[in-house]
Amino acid sequence: MSSNTIALTELPASRPLALRLHEWVTTVDHKRLGILYILFALVFLAVGGVEATIMRLQLIGPHKDLVSPEVFNRMFTMHGTTMIFFVAMPLVFGFANYLVPLMIGARDMAFPRLNAFSFWMSALGGIFLYFSFLGGDGLYGAGSAPDVGWFAYAPLTSKTFSLGHSTDYWTLSLLSSGIGSIGTAINIITTILCLRCPGMTLGKMPLLVWLNLVMAALVILAVSPLSAAQIMLLIDRYLGAHFFDTQAGGSAVVWMHFFWIFGHPEVYVLVLPAFGFASEIIPVFSRKAMFGYPVMVLATIAIGFIGMSVWAHHMFTVGMSAGANTFFVLSTMAIAVPTGIKIFNWMATMWGGKIRFDVPMMFCVAFLFQFLVAGLTGVTLAVAPFDWQLGNSYYVVAHFHYVIVGGILFTAFGAFYYWFPKVYGKMLNETLGILHFWLFFIGFHLTFDFMHIPGLLGMPRRIYTYEPGRGWDTWNLIVTVGVAFQAAGILFFACNLIWSYLRGKTSGNDPWDAWTLEWSISSPPPVYNYAVVPVVRSRRPLWDLKHPEDPDWRYE
Amino acid sequence: MSAVPIGLPEGSLNWRLPSKGRVGMWCLIAAEAAIFTIFVVAYIFYIGKSITGPQPKDVLHPPIFYTVCLLASSLTIHIALRRITLGKMWAFARWWLLTILLGGIFLFGTAREWNQLIFRQGLTISTNLFGTTYYSLVGLHAFHVTMGLLALLTVSIFYFTTRLRREHAERLEVLSMYWHFVDVVWVVVFTVVYVIGV
Repeated sequence: MSSNTIALTELPASRPLALRLHEWVTTVDHKRLGILYILFALVFLAVGGVEATIMRLQLIGPHKDLVSPEVFNRMFTMHGTTMIFFVAMPLVFGFANYLVPLMIGARDMAFPRLNAFSFWMSALGGIFLYFSFLGGDGLYGAGSAPDVGWFAYAPLTSKTFSLGHSTDYWTLSLLSSGIGSIGTAINIITTILCLRCPGMTLGKMPLLVWLNLVMAALVILAVSPLSAAQIMLLIDRYLGAHFFDTQAGGSAVVWMHFFWIFGHPEVYVLVLPAFGFASEIIPVFSRKAMFGYPVMVLATIAIGFIGMSVWAHHMFTVGMSAGANTFFVLSTMAIAVPTGIKIFNWMATMWGGKIRFDVPMMFCVAFLFQFLVAGLTGVTLAVAPFDWQLGNSYYVVAHFHYVIVGGILFTAFGAFYYWFPKVYGKMLNETLGILHFWLFFIGFHLTFDFMHIPGLLGMPRRIYTYEPGRGWDTWNLIVTVGVAFQAAGILFFACNLIWSYLRGKTSGNDPWDAWTLEWSISSPPPVYNYAVVPVVRSRRPLWDLKHPEDPDWRYE
Repeated sequence: MSAVPIGLPEGSLNWRLPSKGRVGMWCLIAAEAAIFTIFVVAYIFYIGKSITGPQPKDVLHPPIFYTVCLLASSLTIHIALRRITLGKMWAFARWWLLTILLGGIFLFGTAREWNQLIFRQGLTISTNLFGTTYYSLVGLHAFHVTMGLLALLTVSIFYFTTRLRREHAERLEVLSMYWHFVDVVWVVVFTVVYVIGV
């Protein structure tokens, strides 16, 4: 509460640093928490990127010994856990926090203090995870950071195989950030259902809001099982229980089910907001209204439902019954249908539009192609016999990085370039942005296009080195070279953020001539968001405002 | 530029949205239901898979009396809310305190059952798979009852410091949704542990 009163009285920017930091730590404002989430994600993006770089340098050629096998295990575990839980999730929640209340004309999230609590629980999770580097040894002098892989299959996580506290930090970290995620999801759903401005019926919400609504529902249904499984693992490790203890009749496969009941919907948790970014950016830069809005909404809901019933395609190689295999093959293939509908809708939006290739649009167009490829390799992996051949190979690694980097991260970069002017009132530099795009684009394709090939040639994931002469050497070299381009791209991005924050050209309220409510208020938005509660009549309220002679509500 | 007046469409003046307390509580209940589902699935999956004794049929006795108490507390909290919406504060307080009492009796029942299992039957959480799943599932539920009781007690503190008024009925209804949920979960847990699992 105090932060609001301070900000309202507009104290000069020169107040002491301690006071300003205190405002950020105690804030309950959705915009500030959104920025905190995103900064948190960016810090961990750098950390996770360093871990990936270490792995790629180790694999640059056969028989390298940059790191030991033990350190390599820690690197892939920390890289996976960090990127999913402390980069992708906070990025998604940060944008949702910042944008959803603005887009529906609300003052704040429904539960501002729950919002702050959720952020700090997630932050605590990140601290738990990285404290393991120092505290993982425990009294046993064994272990450091977690090294059980990001899905931590039993019985690797049992006391016998995970001495010390590394696995405890891993499970506490995920439990803590899980509580934060569920809190934020409750907040997002309640905000969307209960705080829309007059006239904004469900059918008139911006698509980003719709996608975040379904995302939050998925978080509630998917992260809760993960938290339950983490509680069981904690009980196993601390109280000597036997949930996943195969020696006492427990089952390792049960952990796999529980983890992937979370793990697969999680992909949709991350990709739906990315679809949201694309669905806001592509229409604005094509100068056309979104094609097939109702179908987009229905496809989103369909993805939500089907996404809850595909998890065991991660377990084809474990050995399930023919019936289970068939079910999960079919459900996994079925999800390609609503996803395909979305791709056609974005293409139809661009078709015949006056396309402007600004940096946000460049990232979104790249996303369209890359996400298509990611979806196609996904369909190949949905075929159980093909998966038996390629499961746990670099083909799988290439596939899901195509989704997460090529799909989610690319649209997130687009979102940065698109909404940065709203958040800081300054444009991100276009030259640096174009350099960022091309370097990252080239690096992405060098790394992840060529990563499919050693996978097809039989290279398993998570090996710390390999023999020469298996035909993997050149491909691995190319993959690692791509990392250098990606790192350079990220460097330009970071420079761009800092430089534009300090010296960027002033953007005005509505630099892209956009149509959703957030562009109607000043940049950066005032603490109270809207001085007068807006009233909307169509899906593009600012179009109606700018074109009173031809408003959208005549056609919707 | 901070306002977007785009002409008032008809019907916008009676713009009504669901109460955020209720929606938030429904979301929380959905999340909790998912957590309980995982624990129930684990319980059912591990029925009969314990390698050593004791087995459920040797040691478990259905706590009928305590179950009736907990289910009755759903009724009493409902009556209490009817009273506060009518503005009858003292009647509300009596029913509310009875709810707390019934919840407390239920927790006592769980404690007594656990005491007997641990010290007479020698069943702990690490004895076998039955112990693991039993104490986890029943314990998770008892934890939720405890949280609910703490919330109910907080409300009664507000009552005794005369800060509770009739217009708070809506908030208490949101709290009662949680209490009803905890009761419904007990019906599931009871069925799984004392009926199917024995």
